[in-house]
Amino acid sequence: MYSCSDLKKGLKLLIDGEPHIIAGFDFAKPGKGQAIYKCKLRNMITGSLFDRSYRSGDSFEPAQLEDVRMQYLYQDEAGYVFMDNKTFEQIHLSEETLGDDKLFLRDNMEVEILMFNGRGIGVTLPNFVNLRVERSDPWVKGDTAAGNSKPATVEGGYTLSVPPFVEEGDIIQIDTRSGEYVTRVKE
Amino acid sequence: MAGNWQLAKRRPALEARARIVQTIRAFFMEQDFLEVETPQRIPVNAPELHIDAVRSGSWSLHTSPELCMKRLLAAGYPRLFQICRVWRDAERGRRHLPEFTMLEWYRADADYLDLMNDCEALLQALLPSGSLPVRDATIALAAPWQRLTVADAFSAYASLPLAQALAADRFDEVLSNEVEPRLGRERPTFLYDYPAGLAALARRKANQTDLAERFELYIAGVEIANAFSELTDPDEQRQRFSADEASRRQQGKEPLPLPEKFLSELANLPPSAGIALGLDRLVMLLTGAASIDAVVAFTPEEL
Repeated sequence: MYSCSDLKKGLKLLIDGEPHIIAGFDFAKPGKGQAIYKCKLRNMITGSLFDRSYRSGDSFEPAQLEDVRMQYLYQDEAGYVFMDNKTFEQIHLSEETLGDDKLFLRDNMEVEILMFNGRGIGVTLPNFVNLRVERSDPWVKGDTAAGNSKPATVEGGYTLSVPPFVEEGDIIQIDTRSGEYVTRVKE
Repeated sequence: MAGNWQLAKRRPALEARARIVQTIRAFFMEQDFLEVETPQRIPVNAPELHIDAVRSGSWSLHTSPELCMKRLLAAGYPRLFQICRVWRDAERGRRHLPEFTMLEWYRADADYLDLMNDCEALLQALLPSGSLPVRDATIALAAPWQRLTVADAFSAYASLPLAQALAADRFDEVLSNEVEPRLGRERPTFLYDYPAGLAALARRKANQTDLAERFELYIAGVEIANAFSELTDPDEQRQRFSADEASRRQQGKEPLPLPEKFLSELANLPPSAGIALGLDRLVMLLTGAASIDAVVAFTPEEL
């Protein structure tokens, strides 16, 4: 169990049976009064964000979460299918749970699936992923308004800013945490 | 060498802080206040339900210089001030440091209303322009500032009346979440006349004994100072200390002796009033800092 003095940004708690992460935290103490521990909580399943205050004496159950290494297999009507390489068990993650990360998924990619009560509630991709540029117009020399960058769309449909020398068919490395271009990769 | 950028970038705030301290000293000295230094390591603090001292051997670091300041008042010093470090265990937040700087001043033959006048004059000395720009507004400092009783503040801003909040033991939570953010927005607010149970060292109002002559100063939603007309009755003070000490023990806190020298000299205390102002928070306000971290040379995490 956690007590109020354990509360801080990033701590994961079980509240009303669901895992929540503290997205924002402050300590307050009006006048000579009781300590108030103000938390901004995010429900890790629904994503909803809300404020809640606690005070000394309150206690909290840690959220039992587990990162499991899995492989991405394919997409079907029910969502995205991943397989645990040790047990060969397969799970589905919804499009909603994956969010923008779905744009960087590639077949057979190894990812970490965040598991709660046997259910996948989030995914952590490799920090960097290599994707082929499917569409990018040639850069017009002297077009200073474009600020030495141009848009490119990679396989899977994600569009980002790349340097002028990147051409259609190139493989580029993208940081999955920021979604930004890192470098061009030689095949 | 790039040096420690986190420390270097605070230079404007630290320069402002030094100027503010100089102005405060000049303000009180011009009015014949005596600046004193009292020991920071003391045998025992006044028992407070919600303030824990940092232990230092068998003694403690002071949570406020109030006991020593009042013993000086009782010995015949009429006007005193002190700027000192104080310690409160396990208090850390955007506006809280476990070690911070307190400005306290005391006046004999005065009450809490006189201290309200002092606050108005002090802020005007610090900001001759008469206005304080905050993030999205300007706070006018011309006297008189807003005076709002605790009961009226709850009626105006809280989701439940004061009596209900007290009965449900939700006073501090409702004050912090619903009332405080609304105070001191257009001009500073004195929130005053606290329920007597929430002011262990304050005098009760003569005509309304369920209320204590205590106020808190709020500017831009931030609590800046806590003040009261001092309780001068040693018997009543002993009873209140004993009750608070008993409650502390019920919460499982370590038993502490009462400050006996303070209690024995309290009978000589003239009618007087004292105030504790959080200097770091004042500097935050005057420099527009969002966090107390920005106005101190070092946070505990940086040591």
